[in-house]
Amino acid sequence: MYAALGAHAVVFWVLPVISRETKLEVEHVFKRYWREKLDREVIALEDVSLSVPDGEFVAIVGPSGCGKTTLLNIVAGLLPYEEGRVAIAGKLVAGPGIDRAVVFQHSSLLPWRSIAGNVRYGMELQRRFNKATMTERTDRFIKMVGLAGFEKHFPSELSGGMQQRVNLARALAADPEVLLMDEPFAALDAQTREYMQTELLKIWTEARKTVVFITHQIDEAVYLADRVVVMSPRPGRIKEVFRVPFGRPRDISLKRDPKFLEIEDAIWQLVEERPERMNMGVR
Amino acid sequence: MSSAVSAPPAIKTASARPRKTFYQRHESSIIGWGVIIVTLAIWQAFWAAGKISPLFMSGPSAIVKRFWDDLLHGHLLQDLAYSGKNFVIGFVLSVVLGVVLGVIIGWYKKVEMITAPFTSALYATPRVAMVPLIIIWFGIGMWSKVFIVFITAFFPVLINTIGGIRAIDRDLLKAARAFCATDRQIFMTLAIPGAVPFILTGVRQAVALGLIGVVVGEMFGGSEGIGFMVAYGGQTFATDTLFVGVLIIAFAGIILTAAAEALENRFSRWRPER
Repeated sequence: MYAALGAHAVVFWVLPVISRETKLEVEHVFKRYWREKLDREVIALEDVSLSVPDGEFVAIVGPSGCGKTTLLNIVAGLLPYEEGRVAIAGKLVAGPGIDRAVVFQHSSLLPWRSIAGNVRYGMELQRRFNKATMTERTDRFIKMVGLAGFEKHFPSELSGGMQQRVNLARALAADPEVLLMDEPFAALDAQTREYMQTELLKIWTEARKTVVFITHQIDEAVYLADRVVVMSPRPGRIKEVFRVPFGRPRDISLKRDPKFLEIEDAIWQLVEERPERMNMGVR
Repeated sequence: MSSAVSAPPAIKTASARPRKTFYQRHESSIIGWGVIIVTLAIWQAFWAAGKISPLFMSGPSAIVKRFWDDLLHGHLLQDLAYSGKNFVIGFVLSVVLGVVLGVIIGWYKKVEMITAPFTSALYATPRVAMVPLIIIWFGIGMWSKVFIVFITAFFPVLINTIGGIRAIDRDLLKAARAFCATDRQIFMTLAIPGAVPFILTGVRQAVALGLIGVVVGEMFGGSEGIGFMVAYGGQTFATDTLFVGVLIIAFAGIILTAAAEALENRFSRWRPER
């Protein structure tokens, strides 16, 4: 049993990590805000460094206010940063780029466009593919997320889980180097969320993208990711990085594995241990 | 009877759609039309009995007769055409200018700052109060009427268009930015389509206000149109003529508002059920 697990580990993540190029590099990034309400500066990110190799699935967890969404927005190019360096496949990030695509928590679909129109929208904005390619990719990724037959429907006719599939298809169709996901399942009910996690793993196995996945659900992070980055708030920084020792494909029953629960528990304790929470971070 | 008791529970009957009678299905329209018919009947009965003075009020049969006579022998059709022309020209001008200016004002903050004092001042002024001034400018001919329609119908279109362009969904904007959208793309793919339902709401309001505009405009000076017909009927105590005019205006209002509503619903079919 252990030998088998060890072999899996070598094949699935030790070997690839050694050989793969780095897709996302975050080096000593600082981000400060001026908070009008408090009339003082707040440090959102303090000396954050993270390196993600090609094809890896990294999850970032932490309590609200730990800067995980700020970090994602910086990587997406939606927020400027004061210090440090952020690069995608060696290219410095200065604003949004065609090398990244984001799946947001709110499905952010155009309500007046059909599902096919929405999947196409990201590619249209990026103006990277010609019309025929866009049509072909729209079809392909709608099928990949399991929404074939719904092309002509409007977002308001779809459930929350289906809307997030459209969102995912839109991001994947844009063919990014790095896929950024900002709590994509947070607004779904518990059952749909579990189902979507399994579906996401299936789709990810097929699409083989480098993924940075933000969540506050620890079990979600451990179940999905190769590595789980734990962040702590005020100032937002990386507290610890866990390597998840499970091979793939992963079944949802993994969530009841003692080893899984052990990791989940260790992360819980790191997230919980925050004495400064009591005084609302005012130091 | 006893066999029915011993029979297994009739599941089929329980789950079948409950049958509604014709009355249950059409209750609101039956009551609505019923009230109208009863009211008309009572009104006609009093009129036929000579209990109503034609100086103060008319009766249904007299109104229908007046309508028929004016249509065949009078100049009802010319009046209708005149008012219709004034309304259509003024209304089209107000929609075109209202949408174009609204889009510009809504998109460029600076333009909004410059125009805000004027639009707020004019919006707050009852447009009817400016009718005498408009007659001084345009005379008592057709163009003063067109301008009155324009000025009454213009503001709802303008204000709603500005609001629609402004109301870009923040989540959509963020997503578009993440996909490298340019300002031009955001304008074309988010601002304009997002503003369409707002614009159509403005158009619906403009229809109602434009009708008021055309009637008021024709009441002040001039010698043609449905508004003139109503004013003239009042001045000469011809209550039947007056009623024909009022009913034509009401009817036009119902039809045009229904058309505008249909247009509004057609273009917001992607909206969740309200």
